[in-house]
Amino acid sequence: MKKMSIISIHGTLDMAYPPLILASVAATLDISTTIYFSFYGLNILRKDVDSLLKVSPLGNPAMPMPIPIPSIVQAFPGMTAMATSMMKSMIKKNGLATISELIAICQESGVRLIACQMAIDLFGYKKEDFINGLEYGGAATYMEDAINSDIHLAF
Amino acid sequence: MQLNISKTLDASGLSCPLPIVKTKKEMDGLSSGQILEIISTDPGTKNDMAAWCKRTGNELMESAEQGGKFQFYVKKS
Repeated sequence: MKKMSIISIHGTLDMAYPPLILASVAATLDISTTIYFSFYGLNILRKDVDSLLKVSPLGNPAMPMPIPIPSIVQAFPGMTAMATSMMKSMIKKNGLATISELIAICQESGVRLIACQMAIDLFGYKKEDFINGLEYGGAATYMEDAINSDIHLAF
Repeated sequence: MQLNISKTLDASGLSCPLPIVKTKKEMDGLSSGQILEIISTDPGTKNDMAAWCKRTGNELMESAEQGGKFQFYVKKS
């Protein structure tokens, strides 16, 4: 059986999609998949993920906006909320799954979701903030999995 | 070609990876030799279904496109 190891360390709405999409499809191809979430990627595993994750055009000039918005304006209060709701409406219109739906698909299909214990402690997160069915581990847990993997990805 | 379809999956309006994830679910419920019809509106499914079938060993017997809808006929291996 082929194996895939993914590292997910970004906690924005756009960066949450690629690891989960690839993992859910890998599961349909009988590729045994592990996603290791550390730093801001931990937010993807939180119960309130769908309302928690945001996206900002600031520092991301590739993000499509209805009208060109100068960087200084993108830093104004409310701009992140606006960009997030814009992204969410695009997601809905295009029939993309929500992040929590993709997490559920991954869990149902046996994708291993590992939360980095060190980063949880670093940020002072509580385990009850996270969804059930996670494994908790550190770099050695990831390495043990990664060394036998055929595909390695980092997001 | 007249195909004996066992089941139809309508994945219209859904985007990657849902058509493939749902296809896999439906295929799991079929027996070897049975044919699943998949309808999708996501143009990416065209290449994805071919790649998925190649990898899983299921046979993509026929695919068609009509008015923005893609139809696939996959025979379970």
